[in-house]
Amino acid sequence: MTRIIRSSSLLAFLALQICLIFFVSTLPCASGSEDSYTITGRVRIPPSSVIGHTAKFSNVEVILNGGQSVTFLRPDGYFTFHKVPAGTHLIEVSAMGYFFSPVRVDVSARHRGKVQATLTETRRSLTELVLEPLAEERYFEIREPFSVMSIVKSPMGLMVGFMVVVVFLMPKLMENIDPEEMKQAQEEMRRQGVPSLSSLLPSAGASR
Amino acid sequence: MAMAIRVYLLFLLFLSSAILSFSLYEDQVGLMDWHQRYIGKVKHAVFHTQKTGRKRVIVSTEENVVASLDLRLGEIFWRHVLGTKDVIDGVDIALGKYVITLSSEGSNLRAWNLPDGQMVWETSLHSAQHSKSLLSVPTNLKVDKDYPILVFGGGYLHAVSAVDGEVLWKKDFTAEGFEVQRVLQPPGSSIIYVLGFLDSSEAVVYQIDSKSGEVVAQKSMVFPGGFSGEISSVSTDKVVALDAMRSILVTISFLDGDISFQKTHIADLVEESGKAEILSPLLSDMVAVKVNKRTIFVRVGGEGKLEVVDSLSDETAMSDSLPVADDQVAFATVHHEGSKLHLMVKLVDDLDTVLLRESIQMDQNRGRVHKVFINNYIKTDRSNGFRALIVMEDHSLLLLQQGAIVWSREEGLASVTDVTTAELPVEKDGVSVAKVEHTLLDWLKGHVLKLKGTLLLATPEDVAAIQEMRFKSSGKNKLTRDHNGFRKLIIALTKAGKLFALHTGDGRIVWSMLLNSPSKSEACGRPNGISLYQWQVPHHHAMDENPSVLVVGRCGSDSSAPGLLSFVDVYTGKEISSSDIGHSVVQVMPLPFTDSTEQRLHLIADTHGHVHLYPKTSEALSIFQREFQNVYWYTVEADNGIIRGHAMKSSCSGETADEYCFTTRELWTVVFPSESEKIISTLTRKPNEVVHTQAKVNSDQDLLYKYVSRNLLFVATVSPKGAGEIGSVTPEESALVVYLIDTITGRILHRLSHQGCQGPVHAVFSENWVVYHYFNLRAHKYEFTVVEIYDQSRAENKNVWKLVLGKHNLTAPISSYSRTEVLTKSQSYFFAQSVKTIAVTSTAKGITSKQLLIGTIGDQILALDKRFVDPRRTLNPSQAEKEEGIIPLTDSLPIIPQSYITHSLRVEGLRGIITAPAKLESTTHVFAYGVDLFYTRLAPSKTYDSLTEDFSYALLLITIVALVAAIYITWVLSEKKELSEKWR
Repeated sequence: MTRIIRSSSLLAFLALQICLIFFVSTLPCASGSEDSYTITGRVRIPPSSVIGHTAKFSNVEVILNGGQSVTFLRPDGYFTFHKVPAGTHLIEVSAMGYFFSPVRVDVSARHRGKVQATLTETRRSLTELVLEPLAEERYFEIREPFSVMSIVKSPMGLMVGFMVVVVFLMPKLMENIDPEEMKQAQEEMRRQGVPSLSSLLPSAGASR
Repeated sequence: MAMAIRVYLLFLLFLSSAILSFSLYEDQVGLMDWHQRYIGKVKHAVFHTQKTGRKRVIVSTEENVVASLDLRLGEIFWRHVLGTKDVIDGVDIALGKYVITLSSEGSNLRAWNLPDGQMVWETSLHSAQHSKSLLSVPTNLKVDKDYPILVFGGGYLHAVSAVDGEVLWKKDFTAEGFEVQRVLQPPGSSIIYVLGFLDSSEAVVYQIDSKSGEVVAQKSMVFPGGFSGEISSVSTDKVVALDAMRSILVTISFLDGDISFQKTHIADLVEESGKAEILSPLLSDMVAVKVNKRTIFVRVGGEGKLEVVDSLSDETAMSDSLPVADDQVAFATVHHEGSKLHLMVKLVDDLDTVLLRESIQMDQNRGRVHKVFINNYIKTDRSNGFRALIVMEDHSLLLLQQGAIVWSREEGLASVTDVTTAELPVEKDGVSVAKVEHTLLDWLKGHVLKLKGTLLLATPEDVAAIQEMRFKSSGKNKLTRDHNGFRKLIIALTKAGKLFALHTGDGRIVWSMLLNSPSKSEACGRPNGISLYQWQVPHHHAMDENPSVLVVGRCGSDSSAPGLLSFVDVYTGKEISSSDIGHSVVQVMPLPFTDSTEQRLHLIADTHGHVHLYPKTSEALSIFQREFQNVYWYTVEADNGIIRGHAMKSSCSGETADEYCFTTRELWTVVFPSESEKIISTLTRKPNEVVHTQAKVNSDQDLLYKYVSRNLLFVATVSPKGAGEIGSVTPEESALVVYLIDTITGRILHRLSHQGCQGPVHAVFSENWVVYHYFNLRAHKYEFTVVEIYDQSRAENKNVWKLVLGKHNLTAPISSYSRTEVLTKSQSYFFAQSVKTIAVTSTAKGITSKQLLIGTIGDQILALDKRFVDPRRTLNPSQAEKEEGIIPLTDSLPIIPQSYITHSLRVEGLRGIITAPAKLESTTHVFAYGVDLFYTRLAPSKTYDSLTEDFSYALLLITIVALVAAIYITWVLSEKKELSEKWR
């Protein structure tokens, strides 16, 4: 596993290098701050097709190293972490309705804060620190549209179905039986004194 | 026999069926759950009340929240929770459209769009040292079409453009050690005056050109006595400071760059002497000083002459001054008188002119007023009206206007520190049952509507009607116990020392109570609440008693400060009794014994190594004496890396000791090498957890006995280097080691080392397993590891029949001193998110399968079935294992969006999750707290023991009717047939 990561990060290093934006104009390098750098990136949320809610940048948070610092998006989707020491960091994006892969960010001390980024979930390295959601998240089950099958499949539907079968198909079955045999069977039943359905009901008994 | 096991396994499978065990339809939101949004105790408030548009107030709070509230209703327009280390120092409005916040000791400056809260710009300011910070948004300073914001922090003074956050200029004061106290700007001038102290003994005034940041002039003057650091600006060229002895007021005038001091002894102003304190920092031409529990107002004359104009009692809160019409300046004072709150708005120039005098009845449980912010508006008769935003001692926020409380927010609930649950009273015979469904017709109608809803035939009006009916129905908001145990009280203790009881049905506050110190002493005016315990849970032979909770508090923040106990009746919310216990509180241990009135025995350990028994009754003492030899406890010294086990020794000796005090002896110690291991997390099982089965049946019909012990302690240590943040260490330098330690004997049952991993560790311990979350530096991903521990010593007892029939000798006493052989199994999985907290569901009998509740970094809560973290998962499970419900092994745990129990909500600033069983075995209560509160009911294996909410009674009814009709028709038919046969 480590080997895969190493090779992919090597690939990333060779092929793509993200330029770190160093705010020379605003942050002249003073003593004691040489080893702290700035990570600038961008969150891009494609217009949502499935979910009704539109991507609102005001509710998106970008989190460095599991809560060490939290920043927010500017209207154009850019975010910046200031005063980040060189090393390997983790950036997570928290946006309702979207799943973002955490991003491994290597800030190089040797190359004056050069930034390399890799998605930890897909192990894909990024040319620029542009974060896009891996998937949209749907928090609710979708109600199945009304269909006859759903009723038929439900336990009550099955019960009703069975009843219908008994009521309408049984007489049909009876018809198919030879009348002679039928008579014989009925006589036999009478002899054994099998109660008919009507005699089972109390009202039927009273009427007799 | 094999058949029986098959059946048993199938039964287990049935119980644990369906991987997607939690999911919700969108129209079910609010049916079982509720969500409350808070902001925390307000630190700063800025009103934004222009004639047009919505009136709002921008606040920043101690929970690092910046929010915009509706001034009419108190609702949140928008809010942002900044990072935990990003403490807000100041908030203001610039250009009339941006909210400016300064945070992290003056190094982060952000601008938020006023209407919608979108961040507009963010600037990181340079800082070199720790210092207090200052945000100043001059209203009429304009430099080349730009409006600079002046920020001091970390030794630098920055001027930042309000339009785009560009740093216009900065001035380095780090070399001199200069601390800016005030930035003053005379109107109509481009020169700003920066006043500060150098080594708190020299006052320095810089005149700085606001265009370029160049120092035009500099004057300094040494004050021999030194300054205390408290300062109040009274006009554009004068400030009043307090000397280091706090006995002299120094008026510093710096007109035209010249500095002059004028000293006035406080003793000359008032008779009372004592340490003085400068209050509210912004009053024009006047300074408020607190001396000896009295507040005096001192007017600063033209030549720096001071005179006392008024004095007020101690319990007075004051607002900043506010310009009202005709160049007048007003300020508000609020003080208490009994249960009444008096709000007065006076003119600064003329303290006898009271613009507003209002008295408001105030709930005693809100405590005293801590902060007042006022705002004025023009009434229809062109006079000034005032509204006051007040922050109370219990952190609640209220808006007062025209002698009434317009709205209030219980912001204390944003800082919940401890939570427990309690039962509601039993419904008595005399109590009328709330009418839920009136007539059969209504009932039928309701169910037909529901049926329509489930069949998606409902019109929007119908849907609304269904929603309304659902909220009304099921009596979920009643204040009595229900059969399923769905209605409960959540008792929450907040940082302010207030106790709230929330109803699980809708989250409303049933009662609230502010803790009071019984002794009313000076040091302990308002105790800090530490923790909350169930003191009395009557169920068997003490049914007439009301249940009560024990609140352990402390006078002061120091751990050696004396503690106090408060017993609160859960039904009424009244304090039964409270006592100063006279010793410190280090650890509170509920014992598994109760007395005849079902009061639970508690041991409280103090800093001297003594333990004290509560309740202090002879009955409790006799119960405790009986179990004296069997009481053990342990302490964790995380800083020294030592865990100690203790046992009882004897009664305390000494004149202050009573018979409820005991000494202890040390039994064992576990010392972790300080150079390689540092304790970062310890955890035990919940003491009241119920385990249903002690054994687990394997797929190969083998028995595994769970090692279920209440005395297991989970300890996680990391290398000292790896104790920091993620980016700070390389994989080679850090290792994470976890231990399972028996707390009776100190025996280490299991040790597991993860090389190249680091904390923070979040763990959950239940039954015989621990699941913990940490960061793997090599893979640069988060990981979950599960450790299950099994008892090997009973492994010979493999007769499943005996177990099933209950003949198994499971009740044989198990001693912690017997060195049982244990078997551990563990497995690790990747997880794609940071975790803030983890909990596990708990049910009444422990039969229902468990779910992990993972509070993620995005403040959502994910329910993850325990079967995903089962160490027996393999890549290709056999048929038998599949039957048992073992999921094929994957390298990472799935995040299924539908299993977020918070669905589309966020529990901002999530800090903890607690679970409590309902009476219905399938169901568990889940309560999550942070800045927000969230509650829901979960059924980890679906509600197999009750019908779901959307069970269609109407369909059942229709079926029954159809059946009856069919029976009748067939009866008629058969009758006819019989008759015709008889005729034949």
